[in-house]
Amino acid sequence: MSGFDKVVTSYQEAMAGLEDNMTIIAGGFGLCGIPENLIAEIKRKKTIGLTVVSNNCGVDDFGLGVLLPNRQIKKIVASYVGENAEFERQMMAGELEVELTPQGTLAEKMRAGGAGIPAFYTATGVGTPVAEGKDQRQFKGRDYILEEAITGDFAIVKAWKADRYGNLVFRQTARNFNPMAATAGKITVVEVEEIVEPGELNPDEIHTPGIYVNRLIQGTFEKRIEQRTVRPSKTTATVGE
Amino acid sequence: MALTRDQIAQRVAQELRDGYYVNLGIGIPTLVANFVPEGIEVMLQSENGLLGMGPFPTEEEIDADLINAGKQTVTMATGASIFDSAESFAMIRGGHVDLTVLGAFEVDVNGNIASYMIPGKLIKGMGGAMDLVAGADNIIVTMTHASKHGDSKLLSNCSLPLTGKGCIKLVLTDLAFIEIKEGKFHLLERAPGVSVEEIVKLTAGELVVPDNVPEMIFES
Repeated sequence: MSGFDKVVTSYQEAMAGLEDNMTIIAGGFGLCGIPENLIAEIKRKKTIGLTVVSNNCGVDDFGLGVLLPNRQIKKIVASYVGENAEFERQMMAGELEVELTPQGTLAEKMRAGGAGIPAFYTATGVGTPVAEGKDQRQFKGRDYILEEAITGDFAIVKAWKADRYGNLVFRQTARNFNPMAATAGKITVVEVEEIVEPGELNPDEIHTPGIYVNRLIQGTFEKRIEQRTVRPSKTTATVGE
Repeated sequence: MALTRDQIAQRVAQELRDGYYVNLGIGIPTLVANFVPEGIEVMLQSENGLLGMGPFPTEEEIDADLINAGKQTVTMATGASIFDSAESFAMIRGGHVDLTVLGAFEVDVNGNIASYMIPGKLIKGMGGAMDLVAGADNIIVTMTHASKHGDSKLLSNCSLPLTGKGCIKLVLTDLAFIEIKEGKFHLLERAPGVSVEEIVKLTAGELVVPDNVPEMIFES
């Protein structure tokens, strides 16, 4: 076995070392490209007091939403949390701390965290509740606020394909936050649909190099669709809502 | 007559130019894609990481890995590209998107916009809206002019938490097309059959009305 071989064979092994009160960074947008089996394993482990950093918090019975009924999440950092009744109940009751963060700022916080940049200035959120308590500075006459990077004890990531060394390829819009999340975990765990041998992926087409990946597991995925929108076959294409 | 949702989208679509990269928000803005004028090409940016969004898929084409920012299943147009969320917002924040269309609860005479939260009632989050309004130069806000109870949504000062400060210059409502400059609303066009008086009555912030306010023109 090569020292670069990241493959583990059980989800238990994949999430080993996750403890109460840790911070987890999760990839995914809505239910698209979420590490659904790693989330299920966290539910099974009954780890509590978690801070979760993710664009969304799933729906009531899928994605990160499954960690809510047993109160496993203490705090969530997200940009949009509107698809989940239990989430809303816990937030309104003050049982769940929510830090709403603009989507682009959230992505950049993960990217910066993984890239060794402690903070960055952005115009996003200037003059809004997001700016409260943050350092503000002008560059070339425009106001910017200082946003701090995020890193996690764990990052949980869903990719499409990987080689055993943890080089990752994502598929379509299931890429979303996953590449940034992968860089920002002390321990980065990736689940994929297919694992191939090193050398089988074209190096020019690898989205995330294996250096960021600590553990890799092959799983099967439900890939639930949140908004199933279709057009009839053989008619003029239109976009609705 | 007040404009329908489709007519609002249709009027916004008249502002599209050939070669524009456009980000359309959820709701009425999404409908703009149905009214791209003949002879021009635009590319739709979806902030979850897709440039070149196509129409909804047929039942056979549905792919759980391909959605738009509203989490709807979509397809890719010819020449589309896929990227991660940091790259997507680099495009947005860096000012590379030519036109952004999004909805709002309120706008005011200083170009402030409130669109993401009603304290105590609706706390879903801003998604990408704060980045979009901070990063784009060319933004059109679409909304109804007043609430169902007749309360104006074009105010002297936004009453709800802001999504962005001083960033809105154009607003298209079901009654009027309005420009915001120098701390005032300026009436550019009115919906067909809607009187200037009606618009004035439903605009709470200071509104400048020129002598002649043309009706919007729709090709059918």
